[in-house]
Order: sequence, then structure tokens, then C-alpha cells
Amino acid sequence: MNLALFLEMAAGAAPDRVALVCDGKRWTYSELDAAAHGACALIRASGASHVALLDESSEAAVIALFGAALAGVPYCPLNYRLPDADLSALLSRITPALVVGDVSRLERLSADAGHTVYPRSEFTLAALEAVAGSEVPDAGEGIAIQLFTSGTTAAPKAAILRHANLVSYILGTVDFASADEADAALVSVPPYHIAGIAALVSSIYAQRRIVLLPSFAPEDWLKLVDAEKVSNAFVVPTMLSRIIQAMDKGVRADVSSLRAIAYGGGKMPLELIHHALDLFAECGFTNAYGLTETSSTVALLGPEEHRRAHAASDPAQRARLASVGKPLPTIELEIRDEDGRVLPVGQAGEIYVRGDQVSGEYRERSALDADGWFPTRDAGYLDADGYLFLAGRADDVIVRGGENISPGEIEDVLLDHPAITDVAAVAVASHEWGEAVGIAVVVRGGCEQPAEAELRELVRARLRSSRVPEKIIFAPSLPYNEMGKLLRREIKALLAG
Amino acid sequence: MKPGSRLKSAACDTEAVVIRCGEGTVQCGGAPMTEGGSETADLSGDFAAGSIVGKRYVDEAGTVELLCVKPGKGSMALDGVALVLKEAKPLPASD
Repeated sequence: MNLALFLEMAAGAAPDRVALVCDGKRWTYSELDAAAHGACALIRASGASHVALLDESSEAAVIALFGAALAGVPYCPLNYRLPDADLSALLSRITPALVVGDVSRLERLSADAGHTVYPRSEFTLAALEAVAGSEVPDAGEGIAIQLFTSGTTAAPKAAILRHANLVSYILGTVDFASADEADAALVSVPPYHIAGIAALVSSIYAQRRIVLLPSFAPEDWLKLVDAEKVSNAFVVPTMLSRIIQAMDKGVRADVSSLRAIAYGGGKMPLELIHHALDLFAECGFTNAYGLTETSSTVALLGPEEHRRAHAASDPAQRARLASVGKPLPTIELEIRDEDGRVLPVGQAGEIYVRGDQVSGEYRERSALDADGWFPTRDAGYLDADGYLFLAGRADDVIVRGGENISPGEIEDVLLDHPAITDVAAVAVASHEWGEAVGIAVVVRGGCEQPAEAELRELVRARLRSSRVPEKIIFAPSLPYNEMGKLLRREIKALLAG
Repeated sequence: MKPGSRLKSAACDTEAVVIRCGEGTVQCGGAPMTEGGSETADLSGDFAAGSIVGKRYVDEAGTVELLCVKPGKGSMALDGVALVLKEAKPLPASD
């Protein structure tokens, strides 16, 4: 099945209903569908092997996504925040492309690479004017999306999602036309992130009006919720934190239309989610765990589970707020040790998933094992009731003299120190142990810098001596990417320097 | 017929996209569904429960799965046995 069928179905069922709002302009399902067919004609005429987006979110992202699907060419939204050298390297991997967006930057980066380039507004106009071929090809097992991973631990990999993966994800998680006409989903994650793509496709299939916020700022987010009477939103934890800060500072907005907030993409601080549950008392919260390679969500913690854990006094019940929930009914999930053996309940290991939505594929190779299981490189464990808890990236594990140490356990202990506002534990080279623990510490504003000996003693007392940091540095802040992901690679470099 | 094929009813307006297919003849309203959709047939009273857009239909054995993309008066069947609605527990929106 071709992903573009979902837009055709929406346009067939409700042609004149508003599908998308961006910068005050409203697009109906039939307008978007017509533009996608026009874009397909442009893409075919260009001979491009990829359709790239080098731009913030707009209607052009939807038109390029579905136009590329119709043309049977991979859609490849790029991270416009990357430095020139990195972006240039990615562009050379998708030549020749039809590129929509920042034309002047593109010409500076790869003037003679044979790309076909359109500024956003010209692309949209040309797509609306193009004469569309009527026949929709069957994309079969073809590639719908190519996303370069954020490369927090290594060079970006080109993850590919086939039509079959995304179609299976949508059919398994969304009911067609299930949204009320008043419903609206506020999309503020960037278009080159899997959550940004999944939000577009899910909302179109559910016929939930998409409200785009091209560049996130908490005040603008609150204003849009008010103005468009937004009912659903997806945020990463740092966005939620900044929204709450803005509300605390007195930014006024009527947010009573909000019924559902989903979040993911990074670790949610417990304090923050408790605060959010109080502040948005009428809202259902959903924690979604997924990866690019799994077509977005594979496990979720739903609204009732959030409220139950929030209201509980029993520590074990409350702890469930730190869980990413249970696997989707269409997903199989196992925790395995380094030798591939399935681990029992409560034991941490690497998370493996299997299902039709799981691609586990890169341009260069497939990471799936012979039985179709995808090693996520995320560490985690399941509790007795089947709830999944994450324990960092498997690659972040510090191996000290053969003993595996998860950075999270050390970080959690240190974050209890009143003078510490942020901390990261990473591996540092050690003559004696191969690797040992190094930490980068951010001291809370107005607090005195704690003595290194005091921090070592805190870890020794709460954990054990192997966890005690060998090297400690203090930093004004830790490096995060724009999605709130900690850049451990950079911290390692800091500690090695 | 293969996954992705679009089938049309000869007896009503129903159209469906094939998600999974196997052996057997897919019918709607009592007559075979075709990819061309030029044939016409009378709607059989035994297969007139109707089809609902956006719903998935499967046979008992899970051989075929069809996604209804256009509703009609006929009901879909595999070799004369009516397909059933595939019920899925609704999930909260996660993206």
C-alpha cells in the first residue's frame, strides 16, 4: 500500500474540511491532495532520486511528503540547524534531489550538484498548477522516508522507512476519520524528526486538523492553543518545561481546549510531569516511546496510568510515571543480554522489538536479526506487570573492569544533591579498568560548588565503589541538541580534554 | 490481486484496498470484486449489510484483510463467507 492513499481517503471522505493551518492560512484535504498530485508530477519531471526539505514546518512539508510517496521517491527532510559542513555531507548522499526550502543556503553548499531547487512558496504554487497524472503507483515495498539519525553517538545513519512500515503503524494505531471536526493537533516538533512526520500522517488519517508551529517558542505555543482551540499536542520534555515556565511567568492563554498531551523524544523529569499533571488537570497525558527505525511509537503509557500513578502514595505505584508504558498490541518486545538471551522480569538489558512497523533498516544495511528482531541499542527492563522502563542507550554503558555501569543510576543519585541542577556520567579512559566513570556537573545558580570528595562520597554511600567517579569536571551547562537529547559524545570529549 | 491493489464492487459503491491476500475470491454484495471495476451485478440480499469507510475487514482464518476506502451497500466476503470487522482497541493519540 502507498502512504499517499491516506491523504486520498481523507480528501475523498471530507474534501472541504480544514486539514492544516499554518501561518494563518488554511488548507482543506482536497487542496492538499491536489497539491500532492501536482508535486508528484514535478518530482517525476525533475528526475530526482530523493525529495529533500530544507525548511521549517509548513504546508510544503505535507505536500512534499505525499508528493514523493505518489512519485515513488524517498522523502528526506533535513535538519536545517546542522552546520554547513555536516549538511553538505548529507546532501551529497542524496544527489540528485528535488530540494524545497532554503535556496540560497543550498546554492552555497552544493551549487553544481545537479539538484532541482524550489523556495517554499514557489514549490507550493508550482504543485498546485502542475497537471497531475491520475494513476497512483503501488509503492509496494518501496521507501517512503529516509531520515538521517541525529548522530548523538556517531556519524548520522540514513534510516529508511518503507511504505509498508508506515502504513502498518498508522493502521495499527489510528482509526480512520475518528477525530471530531473541532479537534486540532498542534505540531511543534521539527519536520525532520520522526515524531513530526508521524504527527502529520496520523492526524490526516484521523482527520484531525493540523496546526503547525514552525519554530517553537512557549509563548507562541500557548497563543496558538488559545487561538485555534487546540485539543491535542505532542511535545518533547524541554518544550513542556518551557511552556510551564512561561505560564508561571504569567503568559496568559486559554488552554481549556487541550484534552491530550503526548510526549516523548527524551527523558521526562519526574518533577516536571507531576507539575504538568497538576497544572493541566483536565488533560490526558501519554508518554510515547519509539525510534526513527520503528516508525515512531512502539510503547505507550496512557492517560489513566498517568493519573493513577500521580495520585498514588505508594512509591511503587508512583514510580510508574517513570515508565514508558506497555508495548503496542502490534509490537513484540524482549529484553536481552549481550549474548542475545532473553532476560527475566526486572533485569536490565537491551530492548529488542519486532513488528510490521519496524524497519530497522539503513541505506547501507539492515540491523534486523534473522528472525526480524530489531536491537534498539536502548537499555531497559520490564516490571512484573509488563511496564517498560528505559535505562539509557546501550552504547552509553560504562564498562569498568568487565562490570556494566548505567550512567542513569549515577546521575539519579547526584541529582538528589541540592546544589546540582544537571549532571552527566560518561566513560573515561582508565589504565587500570579500561573504562571508568567521569562526570560533568552543573551547579545550581546561587549555590556553592560542592567539593569533589563530597560527590564521590555520595555515590560511594548510595551505590558502590565501582560507581565512584574517577574524573569530575564542572561546566556552566551541558550540551543538548534541539530535541533535548543529551550529547554524550561532546561530554566525553570535554572529560577527555 | 496483491497488497496495495484497489478493488471495486460490481454490485455497489464499495471500494477497498488489499492489505493482505491469499487464496480465494473476494466478493462484495454477492459478486466478485475486480481491479478494473467495469463489471456490474445485482446486489445480493444475503450480502447487503454495507461496508464502512476506514474499517478493516478480515476472514476468520486471517487469509485476507481489506481496508474499505469507499463505503457501499454491499458486504464483502471471501468465497461466499462474509468478512468480519477487525476490531482494534482504541489507543490514545501518541504523536
